[in-house]
Amino acid sequence: MAKILEKRALTPVTTLFRVEAPLVAAAAQPGQFVIVRVREGGERIPLTIANYDRDAGTLAIVVQAVGVTTNQLSTLEVGDDILDLVGPLGLAVDVPAGGHVVGVGGGFGAAALWCLMSELSARGDRTTIILGAREKELLILTDELSGVCDNLELCTDDGSEGFKGFVTERLAQLIEGAGPGRPDSVVAIGPMPMMRAVTETTREAAIATLVSLDPLMIDGTGMCGGCRVTVNNEIKFACVDGPFFDAHQVDFNEAVRRNKMYVAQEQSAKDRAVCRSAMTGQD
Amino acid sequence: MPLKRVDKTPMPERDAVLRSHDFIEVNEGYNIQRARFEAERCLRCQDPVCIDGCPVKIPIPDFVHAIAAGDMPGAAKILRAANPLPAICGRVCPQESQCEEKCHVGTRFIPVAIGYLERFVADWEMGQPPGEEPAQPTRPEKVAIIGSGPAGLVCAGELARLGHPVTIYEGLHAPGGVLRYGIPEFRLPKGILDWEIEQLKRLGVKIECNVIIGKTILLDDLFDEMGYSAVFVGTGAGLPQFMGIPGENLNGVYSANEFLTRVNLMNANQFPEADTPVMVGKSVAVIGAGNTAMDTVRVALRVGAEKGMIVYRRSDKEMTARIEEHEHAIQEGVEFHWLTNPVEILGNEDGWVTGLKCVRMELGEPDDSGRARPLPIEGSEFIMPVDNVVLSIGNRPNPLLLQTTQGLESNKKGCLIVEDETAQTSLRRVFAGGDAVTGAATVILAAGAGKSAAATIHEDLCA
Ligand SMILES: Cc1cc2nc3c(=O)[nH]c(=O)nc-3n(C[C@H](O)[C@H](O)[C@H](O)COP(=O)(O)OP(=O)(O)OC[C@H]3O[C@@H](n4cnc5c(N)ncnc54)[C@H](O)[C@@H]3O)c2cc1C
Ligand SMILES: Cc1cc2nc3c(=O)[nH]c(=O)nc-3n(C[C@H](O)[C@H](O)[C@H](O)COP(=O)(O)OP(=O)(O)OC[C@H]3O[C@@H](n4cnc5c(N)ncnc54)[C@H](O)[C@@H]3O)c2cc1C
Ligand code: SF4
Ligand code: SF4
Ligand code: FES
Repeated sequence: MAKILEKRALTPVTTLFRVEAPLVAAAAQPGQFVIVRVREGGERIPLTIANYDRDAGTLAIVVQAVGVTTNQLSTLEVGDDILDLVGPLGLAVDVPAGGHVVGVGGGFGAAALWCLMSELSARGDRTTIILGAREKELLILTDELSGVCDNLELCTDDGSEGFKGFVTERLAQLIEGAGPGRPDSVVAIGPMPMMRAVTETTREAAIATLVSLDPLMIDGTGMCGGCRVTVNNEIKFACVDGPFFDAHQVDFNEAVRRNKMYVAQEQSAKDRAVCRSAMTGQD
Repeated sequence: MPLKRVDKTPMPERDAVLRSHDFIEVNEGYNIQRARFEAERCLRCQDPVCIDGCPVKIPIPDFVHAIAAGDMPGAAKILRAANPLPAICGRVCPQESQCEEKCHVGTRFIPVAIGYLERFVADWEMGQPPGEEPAQPTRPEKVAIIGSGPAGLVCAGELARLGHPVTIYEGLHAPGGVLRYGIPEFRLPKGILDWEIEQLKRLGVKIECNVIIGKTILLDDLFDEMGYSAVFVGTGAGLPQFMGIPGENLNGVYSANEFLTRVNLMNANQFPEADTPVMVGKSVAVIGAGNTAMDTVRVALRVGAEKGMIVYRRSDKEMTARIEEHEHAIQEGVEFHWLTNPVEILGNEDGWVTGLKCVRMELGEPDDSGRARPLPIEGSEFIMPVDNVVLSIGNRPNPLLLQTTQGLESNKKGCLIVEDETAQTSLRRVFAGGDAVTGAATVILAAGAGKSAAATIHEDLCA
């Protein structure tokens, strides 16, 4: 069980929680994740460790409500317990030191860049974060992120803040030498289409790129094989071999297809949950 | 006096058609009359060879005799002293290749139903008021157990009885290992596992779920930072193998571990009341013929498949599943395709499974395992239309702990190397047993390993 100490709405669908998890905080490294379960009978879902405070024994996680479990989690309040929380899972991100690292984030991916960029900056890398969203209001954690990197580049589709256009367009400009300049390596975390587009952008320029894959998971310990992805024509388990992989070797088509395996059930579960909470008047 | 009856007393079973749609236990258990009637078939041999067949050397004729005499408390005491998990082993032991294979009666008749009797005694015991009083630890040396499968549970219980403070660390959110996430409810009701775990808690054993040793806490830190004097590793063999044939990552392909975990641990059979789904179409092919494969195909029927098939490259003689599971599967309408080897999983343009391409096999000379080597018959390829494929071709020990523990040695199959006598690993005061050492084996072997390791750990700590 992990007690919620702080809750902050970042956008209408994105929530930051600070939770008490001293053992996980003590062991966590950037890029790792936890698996949580919110209720008896509930699913186990993976969430990136956005940040950790070893002294306080706390973790920050950022949840984007997309389906049943993420919605249930989003309704929890300060003082509530998250029923199960296990981690840290997966391997830490391994970025070569000493260069200019550009982190590209979209959606909850911005959160995952938080502790990662902080650590890279602390070890002396030159760091840039390109953060994208549809509009200004959906850009999250801008204050926190600007504090952990040398340059924060904001992009919005509608131009309401920063660069008008996609993160990949701004990334392409950097590769051409604009702004903070050409990256030596890129780490992309966010929705699959964004990570895919980043991968294509850096492929031509031959810039080493890591992406954080988010397949469906159950145990997170290598026991079920449900999280398998194909990288460089080999089967890998994202929960133990990842979640970060060499973007240019990832079979994205397969990863996207496998994530759609339960779309019909997920929808029916969501309808059912809405119906259940309407009937009982609770969430 | 022993009575010469050819057949064993039948086990009452639930109707095959009814039960193949639910998860209620198939075997209903003996009543006292049946149990005594069966116990009377035991010859009480001078040389009880049945005991040689039992990995934990239960004094079988003694407890069987106690049943025949109607002394249930006596039977229970004898049994539990030798086997800490009798209700579980009585249900899932492959008796036909262990105690019952050796039984004298079996040379001419059907052997004494030792497993059914063991189960009967254990179930009787569960119905009694709690016995053992919760003990206070009498020894200062704390022991940490990694993994809550049968090896870990038994080791914990024995050490607690010997007076040590014991904590079990389990990576999943619920304890039990394969007994929880692998073996389905209709074969091993979870209530029995819960009862056994309750007994351990009464003994003072602490169980910390959601802690992965090697990730949440490093093994080394258990000693220095957390003050444990010894560690027992019972992490099992939970890493699923894939075949390496084309199509394994299509939608609708599962490892048996994933399929069973979704249902047994996450209750996908209750979806959408429970939130985890499982995807089963009309026709499910399960590849393999061990206990896991048999469980998988029978679960598939229970979660809605119209057709469940076992596809195995060898013949029924080489099958490793328990005979009873095979019989139950036949009764429930499972189809068996022996001497059939899958070579490719076929899918449609959306990436969903549509079929399984197989080749027919014939048996050749025995291989390293002593079983006849299956050889493909040229030109015999054919396609089976299926909606799901579940791979049940074996598991290996999970490398998580090894990856983060310096100096812990394993063999090339990833099994921990231990001294035969002491169960000690390459690290001092780190012991191991169960599937983590042997590779995928049986519940009773894991339980036995946990029990004997507890004895050596106690000796080592008190020396
Ligand atoms: C390593 C890892 C780290 C992650 N970190 C975070 C995080 O920090 N914050 C966060 O909000 N989410 C994160 N995710 C994604 C998160 O786990 C899923 O959103 C969640 O499992 C959805 O569960 P649900 O029951 O709410 O939705 P479901 O009902 O399961 O699904 C609802 C919709 O979301 C889609 N979906 C389901 N699972 C995923 C997935 N894994 N990735 C993308 N889409 C999915 C479905 O196709 C469906 O359309 C991470 C995933 C992984 C593998
Ligand atoms: C589907 C199926 C059916 C079976 N049927 C039978 C049968 O009928 N009869 C029979 O005798 N045998 C059967 N077996 C085999 C039997 O279940 C196993 O041999 C037995 O469970 C092994 O016990 P164990 O304690 O070694 O490990 P497991 O039962 O595998 O338990 C290991 C536990 O350790 C946990 N763990 C692993 N790593 C860590 C870590 N680093 N930190 C914390 N926890 C960790 C795991 O989550 C798991 O809970 C079956 C197996 C399967 C899969
Ligand atoms: S534990 Fe297994 S092998 Fe031993 S007597 Fe019982 S059923 Fe037979
Ligand atoms: S070998 Fe068979 S008949 Fe003889 S004591 Fe054992 S169970 Fe009884
Ligand atoms: S989530 Fe089960 S193996 Fe990765």
